Amino acid sequence: MRSVPAWARVYIACAVLAALSCLAALPDVRVTWWAVGLLAALYAGCEQITRCPFLGHRAPEGMSTFFPVLLAGAFLLPPPAAALVAVPGALISRVEQRPRWPRRLWRAALLAVAVWAASRVHGALGGRDAVAGPDFPYALLPAGAAALVFCTVLTALDGGIAVLAERVPARHAWRGLFARRLAPVTVHGLAGLMMAVLWRSPYGPAAALLVLLPMYVSCWVFAQYHRERAAHQATIRALVQAVDIKDGYTRGHSERVGQASVMIARELGMTDERVELVRFAGILHDVGKLGVPTRLLRKDGPLTPEERRIVELHPEYGHEMVRGIGFLGEARSAILHHHERLDGSGYPYGLAGDRIPEPARIVAVADAFDAMTSTRSYRRARPVAAALAELGRCAGTQFDPVMVGALVRALERHGWHPVVTADGHGPRGNVPPRSVPLRAETGS
Amino acid sequence: MRRRPSLVVLVHAAALCLALAALAHTLRHGLDEPAAALALGLLVVAGELSRRPGDGASREPAPLGAAGALAYALLGQNTGEPTRHGVLQTVAVVAVAALAGALPRLVARRGPAVHGSVPGHPARGRDSLADHLARRVLAVALAALCFRLLYHRGAVPEWHGPSYVPLLAGLLLLTAVCDAVLGALLVRVRTGWPLGPLLRDGLRALLGVGSAVCATGVVMSVAVAVAGLWALPVFSLPLLLAQLSFRRYATVRTIYRQTIASLARATEIAGYTPPGHARRVAVLSLAVGRELGLTEPELTVLEYAALMHDIGQLSLVDPVPAGATAALPAAQQRRIALLGGAVVRQTGVDAEVAVVVERQAEPYREQPVGARIVRAVNAYEEHARDAGPDGPLRAVERLRRGTARDYQPEIVESLARVLARGREAADGCHG
Repeated sequence: MRSVPAWARVYIACAVLAALSCLAALPDVRVTWWAVGLLAALYAGCEQITRCPFLGHRAPEGMSTFFPVLLAGAFLLPPPAAALVAVPGALISRVEQRPRWPRRLWRAALLAVAVWAASRVHGALGGRDAVAGPDFPYALLPAGAAALVFCTVLTALDGGIAVLAERVPARHAWRGLFARRLAPVTVHGLAGLMMAVLWRSPYGPAAALLVLLPMYVSCWVFAQYHRERAAHQATIRALVQAVDIKDGYTRGHSERVGQASVMIARELGMTDERVELVRFAGILHDVGKLGVPTRLLRKDGPLTPEERRIVELHPEYGHEMVRGIGFLGEARSAILHHHERLDGSGYPYGLAGDRIPEPARIVAVADAFDAMTSTRSYRRARPVAAALAELGRCAGTQFDPVMVGALVRALERHGWHPVVTADGHGPRGNVPPRSVPLRAETGS
Repeated sequence: MRRRPSLVVLVHAAALCLALAALAHTLRHGLDEPAAALALGLLVVAGELSRRPGDGASREPAPLGAAGALAYALLGQNTGEPTRHGVLQTVAVVAVAALAGALPRLVARRGPAVHGSVPGHPARGRDSLADHLARRVLAVALAALCFRLLYHRGAVPEWHGPSYVPLLAGLLLLTAVCDAVLGALLVRVRTGWPLGPLLRDGLRALLGVGSAVCATGVVMSVAVAVAGLWALPVFSLPLLLAQLSFRRYATVRTIYRQTIASLARATEIAGYTPPGHARRVAVLSLAVGRELGLTEPELTVLEYAALMHDIGQLSLVDPVPAGATAALPAAQQRRIALLGGAVVRQTGVDAEVAVVVERQAEPYREQPVGARIVRAVNAYEEHARDAGPDGPLRAVERLRRGTARDYQPEIVESLARVLARGREAADGCHG
């Protein structure tokens, strides 16, 4: 408890008091206690099930929130009883970070208040009768309103705790939180409505339970998708690191080129999809160096013409390597042509002007920029301003002036904050940190 | 054109005859309750349209389509009124809807399917689509038939009570098991892979997506009985989302596999190993792994490890002649394997892959099964590739002589069987 700031403690205490006042009316309402018990046990079970391995794979952590049961409770029971459903499950839920008990307490209070509010709104709009009827499509209105209220209360309270306990600036605490939550809560609300309708039907709670199975599998697949994506990004990074191993001085170079390329592409107003491709092009531009003998890459002093010819094969090697990666598309041409020069004196094909693909012209500028601003074994890093002046001098002959201009503008606006430090231990853009266990899930 | 095995022809013909008969019957007698037929038919079309690409072997590719079809088969009531559509109408509606949903794919499938860079899928393109449609029609016919038999006989005294739901669930379970067995049989006759592991994988998949499909089918039919057709859009939304995430998952898996293959090609481009070596070892290892009855997750580990087994050579300053590690002294083989394991650990693939790569050079008794397979197949590939027409036979002989310590005898024999099957298939093509 010591690590929780004082104001956050006050905030949690207020939330607990609010939750208790929601529950205070319990003795006054007529409650079907077996239904409350069954739903509470069900919710607690859903919270626990994330601890059990499912089909040989551990269930992902992000699945610990399971709203359909809570919303079904809100649609079926009077508000105080619905709020009670959330409490036991939240109190025994899995919490990854310390301190655990304040978090559990907070979670129980938060959910109790939100469910109470949702149930209140649902009842006020005549939702109970619509569910018992069942009266479709009218039943959708109170259920939708209840889901909206549920989401609003969750967002409002969660933002508060983020400000007080996690010290997130108040400007950022609520930004996008509601929009991110609304879609999943709506889907869970529909499932909750279906549960409530079936619960009241002659088929009874058994039918309602079956609703949970598809929801569970759906969440599970979604989490697997995210895991596989993380593993893929790690593999891309491994490709890049394999280059780093060979090519002593380019440690972190590839990722920084990716970052600078993205800045240029954004400045040019490219679509998000193309920006993403340009990022991959920047990251992978030197991947062909894997095919160049290590001796030549690390050689001190000038290369002989023969050696230079071999090193200059690397764009073609890179292009050949990534040929099988379907999604790269345009980025492959950038890997092939990132050493072309605007006046046609570059390699491998000596393309000139607009014949050079746009992503390749971007990566060429980003590559040169990072090469100049990072320290290499044979010279110290130059300041950003000096590098930009040099780029400006070569614009028109070696580089596309449009790309150089875009880089200058982007740097004026955002500054240059390389994501990867020279020793390679900084955060890596959107690539997850190594501490996250990355497993290639295979599905089943 | 490959000759189709007779079981495949039989299944396709049975499904086609059934669908045509059902269609003729429905056209002749008209559609009972067209609203329900239309609504559920549309659901099946939507499900098929958004079906995920890729393997149709063990996993249900279009969960929403399957759930809609099964829900229609089990639809006993609509808002409290008993329904009248029979088995044949059910089959006709589902067949037409599934075909309509598959049309875009049929049209798009002119060219050969480009799917990742590593083969291993039993049936491609039209074949897999035809299998999928035939299985859908037969499964729905079975479910509808059982349901109507029970329903009309009044087998359960108290219909539409709490016992109804477990009954429906049981019925769908039966259908799903039959469907899984049929799917495994189809793959078996197409590819000659052993039936046991195929059945096991098919039944395992039932636990995951299969259970969700069955549960959704039951819930939809019951919900329509209670609340009318409004229940369909309300409840299909969660499953549609699941299906979309399935698609994204399949896509990211494909590009992941392509990226691994690219990483594996790095050694070839760097001139350390001959072109295509990693790919050939992966294909053969997968075939041997299947022969030995490995599970799907184990096969994935095996495939990735086989693709990347030579990656350690990247860390060498001087290439091994022709990348032939099998001829090197044991200590150096082990050093390269350890270097490779270190690279693989960076890639975010399963740690088991790194273990297989690391231990590929050890005597087989100390190895995990994946490493035994990769070791034997890699040695075979290196011995056989430039050795002329009788190279494969001599290479297998060499492996047999090494079974005391290096190669597991069962794996060498399995490899020999896989190779013999490959030769037969090649002869069949020429003859």
